[in-house]
Amino acid sequence: MAAIEAAGLTKAFGSVQALDGLDLEVPDGSVCGLLGPNGAGKTTAVRILATLARPDVGTASVGGHDVVRYPQRVRSVIGLAGQHAAVDEDLTGRENLFILGLMHHLGRRGARARAAGLLDQFGLADAADRLVKTWSGGMRRRLDVIGSLIVTPLVLFLDEPTTGLDPRSRADIWATIGTLAAEGTTVLLTTQYLEEADRLCDQIVIVDSGRVTTHGSPGALKDALGSRVDVTVADGADLTAASAVVVRFAQRPPSLEPSENRLTAAIAAGAVTLPELVRELDAAGVAAQDVSIRRPTLDEVFLDHTGERAIEREVVA
Amino acid sequence: MTTVSATSARTPARSAVVDGLAAAERLLTKLRHDPAAISMTVGAPVVMVLIFGYIFGSAITAPGGNYRAYLIPGLYATIAANILPSMVAVARDNSRGVVDRFRSMPITRAAVPTGQALATALYGLISFVLMGLCGLAVGWRIHNGPADAAAALGLLVLFQFAMIWVGIYLGLVIGKEETAAQSSILIFPITMLSNVFVPTAGMPAWLRAIADWNPISAVAAAVRHLFGNPVGPTNGAWPLEHPVIACLAWTALLLIIFVPLGTARYARR
Repeated sequence: MAAIEAAGLTKAFGSVQALDGLDLEVPDGSVCGLLGPNGAGKTTAVRILATLARPDVGTASVGGHDVVRYPQRVRSVIGLAGQHAAVDEDLTGRENLFILGLMHHLGRRGARARAAGLLDQFGLADAADRLVKTWSGGMRRRLDVIGSLIVTPLVLFLDEPTTGLDPRSRADIWATIGTLAAEGTTVLLTTQYLEEADRLCDQIVIVDSGRVTTHGSPGALKDALGSRVDVTVADGADLTAASAVVVRFAQRPPSLEPSENRLTAAIAAGAVTLPELVRELDAAGVAAQDVSIRRPTLDEVFLDHTGERAIEREVVA
Repeated sequence: MTTVSATSARTPARSAVVDGLAAAERLLTKLRHDPAAISMTVGAPVVMVLIFGYIFGSAITAPGGNYRAYLIPGLYATIAANILPSMVAVARDNSRGVVDRFRSMPITRAAVPTGQALATALYGLISFVLMGLCGLAVGWRIHNGPADAAAALGLLVLFQFAMIWVGIYLGLVIGKEETAAQSSILIFPITMLSNVFVPTAGMPAWLRAIADWNPISAVAAAVRHLFGNPVGPTNGAWPLEHPVIACLAWTALLLIIFVPLGTARYARR
């Protein structure tokens, strides 16, 4: 069964079309990343699925419950960590979780025990009794994520969980998400960090202008984009000559980075082998310092799918 | 990781009480940590009594001769009418995503704002007591019996509860803490435009009409009446001639309008 299903979600705010027929299917127990530029509609999609907003058109269900007709049922199976760290700065970390525990009807003793358990488990026990306003941004964000785990959710929504965090804090959040996923919680996260999606997600959905442009596993998305050629030349003057060689195999004119003496080009998978390319460059008199053929990074996939609206295809994982 | 699920059955009534108490506890715990807010609660009545009682009082001839006996009940009314604390707190929660978090939880819709209103009202009760102590120190006295005094306090608490709901609704509509805090500049004149500081009799007719029908005037007049303090001329204005009824009517009207508005706004999506 799909933990999250959405069909044709449409939502406008005034003249801004935030969602324009978004479809989504997230299998039970998987981690799905909604990837897209600012304003692509990621947050609106999460808000509709988490019952904070209604779609103008379209249907969605979470955990089998229709989000419009049975919001209270949906709320009892989800956790949400929104874009801001929704923690009370004027309370300690322990009090934050304790109050949420009371609201989840764990009782005073249960709420206290749950708060202590979560703080221990996620390494916040030392700071637990300090006011949250004295905590670092990374710790607050973790507390926010933990706050959505008071009652273990079937489906967890994380809206840009690591935006603005230092690498250490990001790694901590990743570990938290990994733990949850391993225990079978379905996770839908939005992110602008491709590394994050690549690392955490079973499925990546690229969203632009309120609709899905591409979806698939990170590997399948990269495969679909063929390969990339990087050539670094010793002398910047050779860059044009190198470009003239590479363009013969490329799908588009190579992009040049003169400051790095480097060019990058997208090629179809198997368009050229590495020895062949090196020979061709040598024949053209290019002193290549470094030549490589590799899979595209997720960044490149992302740019291809959000920069160029013409590309609208579906990748089957 | 250990898996936890809610243990108690969620019957609607039980849910509402548990959720509301949790929301109230949240606010009270916050206030306990916030020495600045507490000192404001303690300090504000003292400052108000000193500024208005002695600076203004030195130049104002009050009904009954003792300006401070006239002023203190008026200050009670201004405290009761102060929508800022609830408005700012709710706007703050809204701008920080806390309201969204509560909305995404299986909580009874009305419980969070109701709990918040109750906690704020409890805190307001402390302000009333402190104001009373200040008042006693500067010569204000309760002249009627304990029943009337209790009735006066009851009216104040009820009216404040209604005004807290106004604050909750406006806080949600405004949505930003800074904007909510800045709106105090608009709220202050509304308090001044009443019989709190001076009797309305000397005002120009059009201004007097507004001041006489200002709910805060009705509250101040009702409290003065019940405590047996000087009430000032009523100018034949109905709310000032029947202050207790007027005060209750205003309270009921505000509750009827703003409890549903605030609750609906809280639940809106």
